[in-house]
Amino acid sequence: MALLIIDRDACIGCGVCVEVCPFAALELVEGIAVVNDNCTACGACIPECPVDALRLPESVTRRGTPDIESYRGVWVWVEQFGGKAASISWEMMGQGRRLADELGVPLTACVLGHGMEAMARQAVAYGADRVFLADDPALAVYRTAPYARILVDLVRAHKPEIFLLGASSRGRDLAGSVATDLYTGLTADCTGLEIEPGTRLLRQTRPAYGGNIMATILTPDHRPQMATVRHRVFEAPKPDERREGQIVPVDVGVSEEDIVSKVVEFIAESEEVNIADARIIVSGGRGVGGPEGFEPLRELAHVLGGALGASRAAVDEGWIPYAHQVGQTGRTVRPDLYIACGISGAIQHRAGMSTARVIVAINKDPEAPIFDIATYGLVGDLFQIVPALTEQLRRKLGR
Amino acid sequence: MHVIVCIKSVPDTTEVRFNPETNTLMRDEVESIINPFDTYAIEEGLRLTEAHGGKVTVLSMGPPKAEKELKEAIAMGCHEAVLLSAREFAGSDTWATAYTLAQAIRKLGDYDIVLCGKQAMDGDTGQVGPGIANQLGISQLTYVSKIREVDLEGRSITVERLLEEGREMVRTQLPALLTVVKDINQPRYPTFRGIRRARNMQLPTWTPDDLPGIERQYLGLDGSPTKVIRVFTPPPREEKVQMIAGETVEEMADLLAGKLIAEKVV
Repeated sequence: MALLIIDRDACIGCGVCVEVCPFAALELVEGIAVVNDNCTACGACIPECPVDALRLPESVTRRGTPDIESYRGVWVWVEQFGGKAASISWEMMGQGRRLADELGVPLTACVLGHGMEAMARQAVAYGADRVFLADDPALAVYRTAPYARILVDLVRAHKPEIFLLGASSRGRDLAGSVATDLYTGLTADCTGLEIEPGTRLLRQTRPAYGGNIMATILTPDHRPQMATVRHRVFEAPKPDERREGQIVPVDVGVSEEDIVSKVVEFIAESEEVNIADARIIVSGGRGVGGPEGFEPLRELAHVLGGALGASRAAVDEGWIPYAHQVGQTGRTVRPDLYIACGISGAIQHRAGMSTARVIVAINKDPEAPIFDIATYGLVGDLFQIVPALTEQLRRKLGR
Repeated sequence: MHVIVCIKSVPDTTEVRFNPETNTLMRDEVESIINPFDTYAIEEGLRLTEAHGGKVTVLSMGPPKAEKELKEAIAMGCHEAVLLSAREFAGSDTWATAYTLAQAIRKLGDYDIVLCGKQAMDGDTGQVGPGIANQLGISQLTYVSKIREVDLEGRSITVERLLEEGREMVRTQLPALLTVVKDINQPRYPTFRGIRRARNMQLPTWTPDDLPGIERQYLGLDGSPTKVIRVFTPPPREEKVQMIAGETVEEMADLLAGKLIAEKVV
């Protein structure tokens, strides 16, 4: 299945490609590079080969978006829940503005919901030149089908070159559907967005393999170039209430009867559960010893106005619900402050939190791997340290 | 009831270690497994057919050796399995993968529910599930943490979805595609009987020739709108850990609190 083509006559058996392959797909057999089924056609080896012996097959049937030059402008989907904008939407407006300015094109926000006029004006304050406002009772609660249809129709009519959505649950749900309909490229969970000089293409950089490798991805021949953007990677700009922009009402064309999915109930969790958005997370692992062991952590999270996280070990023991789980099988988080209490720091856990700005590790075991990535480390009993820290912070912060 | 479960063979990252010098996978240790999120999809498929009758068909696109993961699904109790494997499928991004899987699902015929894991452990995109649903023109329910009710007569399904702000109960029409999170169940182990059955079973391998109506320009590397142009290792955290010690716990807490306030993170 491997697509990589190796020119056996040119190969000098130097083994550079074997070393650089992130997927262990190359080996030397009798002094010649040989590719196996692990190859993902990522191309990482191609520029490294000193004798240009490696290549991928040329496209023969490739068909891109027709009339690709007519696609201009940067769009952002503004996610809302219960009439409140998701913080990630404004973070993306900041990035959208930067990209639009670099390309010399306008920035458009897409606001869908019910009673959203104030939010449309807010989108202007955050940097939009134009807002498409789809306002209808049928759109009050997010559902994939009507939201996707409206966005697909808008893209087909107005042809943006870049379309950004948040990598939240709803954003990923929506982007996957919209990009499929449009037959265009979608890059998930980006942590870097840059315009390639000369080509106007969007260089989208994202982590894979639990953050062990990064990949830069282009959508060269299809439009719009779609990406979801990870929470809290980019800062939200300061809103400027005096900014002016155009608010364009969109003919919704969807009625409740046409929508087959019905949201019948919503059970809200407290803020302490929303680890994706949290600026501060206090997290517990096997070392907390049981459900009641989370109490001092909860107290600290409360004083700091943060959320409560957990390692897989604590969740699997049934000490705390899965919604709190940080790591490869839970959520990836990027808070300003992550306080890991009694968490050893297995690679799967680190994959979900290693990009936090400041990491505090509290653990009895001075050899715990969590200390390798911590900013501050404290060796000791978390049941003594955490309450003492809560007390100190309460006093110093006057809470 | 016919449930189709889509699975992916991925490198076992719990076993895989990265070479600290080159930061690439240590080659001797790459063992493939069923994407862990997909094991919850398999389990949920088995539970659905145990409750409602019918069969579970498991489907995977990948290299020939991905047969091992399909056989493991059979050993867990799935009834049938199909491998999509051909040179033409190689290099597929999420768009081309969803397209190809949807074509295979069409060929499998009548189905009630398609199940996928919420995302794959290697790519981490979560895009293939919604892509398949869109290709098939059926409802999608992502991040499902519980199936509350399946009404085969009334052709409806009600599930709980795990979202950032809480749990959402949604009802939609069948057929539907669900992506599931870890919270939904505890996957079973293969049984001896299942392992024996899997060992003796010949799994069909489908190529583009087996998929009627497939348009070849949408397959593999050529059909994929995205192109990877660079793969690299993220820069390691630069700072070294600063250990905070003190005579008493209060002293340590005081020192740390001072540093956190100075860093302006609290």
